Amino acid sequence: MGETERFDDILLEVKGLKKHFRMNRNYTVKAVDGISFSIQRGETYGLVGESGSGKSTAGRSIIRLYDITDGSIRFDGREIGGSLDAGTTRHLRTNMQMIFQDPMSCLNPRKKVIDIIAMGLDVYHLYQNKAEREEKVYRIMEKVGLSREHATRYPHQFSGGQRQRIGIARALVMQPELVIADECISALDVSIQAQVVNLMRDLQDELGVTYLFIAHDLSLVKYISDKIGVMHYGHIVESGTTEDIFCTPVHPYTKSLLSAVPEPNPLAVRKKVSVHYDPREMGIDYTKGVYHALSETHQIKCTDDELVRWMREA
Amino acid sequence: MDTAEDILEAVTGRRMSLLEKKDKEISMEREAILTIRNLEVSFQTMHGRFRAIRGLDFDLYRGDTVAIVGESGSGKSVTAKCMMGIRSTNERIENGEIMFTYIDGSGERRTVNIAKISENEVRRTICGRHIAMVFQDPMTSLNPTVTIGRQIMEGMIDHNRISKQAAKEKTLHLLEEVGIDEPLKRFKQYPHQLSGGMRQRVVIAIALACEPDVLICDEPTTALDVTIQWKILELIKRLQKERDLTVIYITHDLGVVAKVAEHVCVMYAGRIVEKGSIEDIYYDPRHPYTWGLLSSMPDLSTDSERLFAIPGNPVNLMEQVHGDPFAPRNPFAMKIDFEQEPPLFHVKGNHYCASWLCHPDAPKQELPPSLQTKIDRMLKEVG
Repeated sequence: MGETERFDDILLEVKGLKKHFRMNRNYTVKAVDGISFSIQRGETYGLVGESGSGKSTAGRSIIRLYDITDGSIRFDGREIGGSLDAGTTRHLRTNMQMIFQDPMSCLNPRKKVIDIIAMGLDVYHLYQNKAEREEKVYRIMEKVGLSREHATRYPHQFSGGQRQRIGIARALVMQPELVIADECISALDVSIQAQVVNLMRDLQDELGVTYLFIAHDLSLVKYISDKIGVMHYGHIVESGTTEDIFCTPVHPYTKSLLSAVPEPNPLAVRKKVSVHYDPREMGIDYTKGVYHALSETHQIKCTDDELVRWMREA
Repeated sequence: MDTAEDILEAVTGRRMSLLEKKDKEISMEREAILTIRNLEVSFQTMHGRFRAIRGLDFDLYRGDTVAIVGESGSGKSVTAKCMMGIRSTNERIENGEIMFTYIDGSGERRTVNIAKISENEVRRTICGRHIAMVFQDPMTSLNPTVTIGRQIMEGMIDHNRISKQAAKEKTLHLLEEVGIDEPLKRFKQYPHQLSGGMRQRVVIAIALACEPDVLICDEPTTALDVTIQWKILELIKRLQKERDLTVIYITHDLGVVAKVAEHVCVMYAGRIVEKGSIEDIYYDPRHPYTWGLLSSMPDLSTDSERLFAIPGNPVNLMEQVHGDPFAPRNPFAMKIDFEQEPPLFHVKGNHYCASWLCHPDAPKQELPPSLQTKIDRMLKEVG
């Protein structure tokens, strides 16, 4: 019973989200052009795609760093897509947090680690006294593998991996329901990447946070995600469980992405041929496509003809 | 038009004669083009001396593809910059030599020690002309205020003393060669008008402008995403074959290394800890650090619950290192690892490893079981 309840519990539901940037009178960049997905409480949703596909814009729109052009975002039962009143803002800012890409530039170099981590607490007065503030920060620092002495240092005194831990601590100190991780490990070394990914998984098991994991590294996304959405030119072209995407991909773009992953197996990777994909050459127009459900979890955006053709190929 | 074509022909002609020369040499034996012996480099900082490279030996043969792998701070970029003669003001080569052999303008064979000659001289004779570099981030390595065409021509005009018109012809040819459509249009454009992948192609064109012998690619694809990365790597591979280049890749991405390299050097804390052919390193690794690197790399077939992570943090080279710098992070460390730094032991063929585990008297250490299954699976995949 508990199991079914958990899976029906939708934390974030995005419907027809659009974010257009108007550059001038004649030119509008449609960074995100109508994406829909939902994330259940406690799971990890991976958003993958090449640079310029709109995956970061989607993340930033959901946390409302941008005002969205169209669509709706329901978070924890509240609509957060339109204008926000004070109560909703507070709910959003305390329950949704973001981890940024570059640990070198996302921390204020003039502030001590303790003040960086406690900033959210300060803004929303989430403690009674100074001791409680410190206590909260120390507890979260311990969880992410930093020691108490680190609290009074400045960001430049840390290595890249440690800084990303500070970024994670800053997000988690608010005890958020949802954490948006925007390429949070692509700037790190291989051995440190593994440490940070393991840390994020441990924290999920322990605290039950939900992740929206934005990345372009497919092998790591596969490792961390329960569900995956593949984005291209502002559209989610294919979505499904990790198995759906990696074992039975249907959309040619997904196939092309998978074929380009350089696997650390020299003899195999030399035989691998990358699949070329260009939607304009192939006459694919994403705006014409509609969502087709291939199975309960597996969805693909295309026209009827394309579906028939691709299914035959697959 | 005539003159330009003549020059083009002359240039390709020169390359052909060089190629013939090379063929003769290869038939004799592999020709060492760059030899580094016992290199030690340090940086003078406010907090003391930072020993970035602590005794590095490295051989590069003509036509090889070598990858230098390591974490940030392991000294791989410093090594590359030393080869190029790019030194920062607080950098000092304490010891060692970098011998580079090249054929100069008059067709004569010369060997110089890059570590000894002045920075100016390196820049005038070697940098760009014989050794060229592709930098990590095409956003920052291109000048945003100068057109692409001029940036490519710059080196050609300085080094080869050819006319502007001839340089332009050659540039258009180069742009085509690195896979940029409409070279005439691109020639007049600025870097911000191109996508990331295109910019990296331009950087490669700049590096190739003077027909170097050695191309150093410092994290050439880290800033790019997978599909573009694949194309750029294929491009470098193709150019290498066509132009008979010797290529050094510097990267921390083992997937990229697997795709392109023939030989691999694994660096840790300013030293090479393991080197060998690509098969040696991926299918028969000997150093615990290499084990850790290979285990922590997820691939599309990994299913285990947790990724393996090398415990701890990289060593701080500001302090004096006692014993093997990797020992504190090494679950297989023995007593001697904390006392004495291991020399480079010969494993077999071209495979060397700096770990006391490779000492003939050391107890036999099996590979970690998870890595062993991973390697078995990899080998099964290729049959």
